Amino acid sequence: MEDKRPWTFYAFAAFFTLFVLFLYGPMIVIYILSFQGPSGGMTFPLNGVSLHWFEALISQTRVGDIAGSFQRSIGLAVLVAVITVVVSVLAGLAFRRRFRGSAFAFYFAIASLIMPGLFVGLGIALTFRLLGLETSWFVSGLGAQLTWTLPFGLLIMFAILGRFNRSYEEAATDLGATSWQKVREVTLPILLPGIIGVALFGFTLSYDELARTALTAGSENTLPLEIWAMTTNVTSPTLYAVGAVTTIVSFIVIVIALSSIAFIQRRRALGARGELVTATE
Amino acid sequence: MTILDSTASGLAAAAEPAAAEAADEHAINTGELASWFQITPLMIILALFFGLPMLVVLAVSFFDFDRSDIIPAFIFDNYTDLFRSEVTLRLYLSSLKFAAIVWAVTLILGFNIAYFLVFHVRSLLWQIGLFLICTVPFLTSNIIRMISWIPFLGRNGIFNQALEGAGIVNQPLEFLLFSDFAVVVAYVHLFTLFMVVPIFNSMARIDKSLLEAARDAGAGRFRVVAEIVLPLSKTGIALGSIFVVTLVMGDSFVVRTMSGGQSASVVSALQNEVAALQYPPAAASAIIMVIIVTLMVAGILRLVDVRKELAG
Repeated sequence: MEDKRPWTFYAFAAFFTLFVLFLYGPMIVIYILSFQGPSGGMTFPLNGVSLHWFEALISQTRVGDIAGSFQRSIGLAVLVAVITVVVSVLAGLAFRRRFRGSAFAFYFAIASLIMPGLFVGLGIALTFRLLGLETSWFVSGLGAQLTWTLPFGLLIMFAILGRFNRSYEEAATDLGATSWQKVREVTLPILLPGIIGVALFGFTLSYDELARTALTAGSENTLPLEIWAMTTNVTSPTLYAVGAVTTIVSFIVIVIALSSIAFIQRRRALGARGELVTATE
Repeated sequence: MTILDSTASGLAAAAEPAAAEAADEHAINTGELASWFQITPLMIILALFFGLPMLVVLAVSFFDFDRSDIIPAFIFDNYTDLFRSEVTLRLYLSSLKFAAIVWAVTLILGFNIAYFLVFHVRSLLWQIGLFLICTVPFLTSNIIRMISWIPFLGRNGIFNQALEGAGIVNQPLEFLLFSDFAVVVAYVHLFTLFMVVPIFNSMARIDKSLLEAARDAGAGRFRVVAEIVLPLSKTGIALGSIFVVTLVMGDSFVVRTMSGGQSASVVSALQNEVAALQYPPAAASAIIMVIIVTLMVAGILRLVDVRKELAG
């Protein structure tokens, strides 16, 4: 006996479908076009189907250093994800208590988040220049990306901690746990799915970052910078092939993160049921 | 030691209210110390890579420069040149125009999508699934999502082919790609998610029984939205607006690519100056932009207290 849905439901559902088409349609088109035949152009019709443009990606040096920049971007993204998890989880825990300077810390982080990325990059580039240091993707580039991933991680931590039930921690304290035991054996395991989420955001935000890295990567490009350079001088479906490859990487990372979150939740649900069984026996 | 201390004072607190206050104060102090310890790594990284660099930008905006170098000085020329130039005003009007249009479009889209997900989708699994469908593109490359409009909007692109095929137009529409229209389409495509997610979060917290009560009291569908849903999701709207406005105002890459170099924004002009190694004027332009964006954000925050709901 389900009550009837109002007409607005169908209107909204149609609207939502259109939005999803708007989001995904153009992306799907360029993935299809990346399989364009060797004589095909940047738009339809498809002149045959081939892997020509993917091969060109690897073999042609003329399109730039795709392989090298890809490796750098992956390395940088892993580094950013690890630092973002450690620093923003700690910072998130700090905000659970009232402390002097919390308002300043919060607004400082938000300012860092919404500052136009190119300005942050300009500032870091100028600072390095005045200090006589060379910019490089793994020092200045890393720092530039952290000014964006850390506040983001902090906001995610707020969302996670807002739903966190403190009575578990109180129970641990009542049972005689030290504060380190409490954090390691109660707080962090409960927060783990959210922490994986923070890592996912840290990785992908870094992997796709452009504005902050543009002036701070130094002489060696990251992948988004390489692609940006391609948009101005490559007029073949190679561009779409790069797009397809980088999106596949993003999707793999998203799937790994989401399925490990789902796995943890399911094991937890099973575990709870198992305990219930032993309790009733 | 500390456990013993707090247990002892806890026992005493049960007997004496005055001791309870003293114990509370003690707890706040160790807690505050722990909080400071936990926030320190974040503050150090942000100070080094955000605070200090922005101070350097401020300092350099008063520097002098020649063809190849920046010269430490304290002059106002970079600012006076900026205010004297007619180009500045045109660039700001262009940036503000894009920000206003994109803000309005993403707000309407974001509000309705969030409303649909929260109030119309009944099963939690569907809600999570559809929410993920909206968020996944955000986790893929912005540049790729931007250039994916090129085969769509181009002169011989899919949209024009479809229009001609259907006999709606005889000649391909020229204004679709490399125009302000294309810039707005790309912005909306990239940034709507920044509006959807915060509004979704606000709406998800609204007690559904409030809506039922309003309906039972005879309020129509639109009145419920206008008088309950809208006021209760204003935090999300404010946060989303801050994201969208600052993203559009701070962008240079989208406006360059999608307008084909025909339109400019404040930041794309700044990027040209950086490319020409004219750092001091670029720094001055950045400082003015930061002041304007800060005023816009402060205006939004004055209307809505965002932090209260974020932290709570």
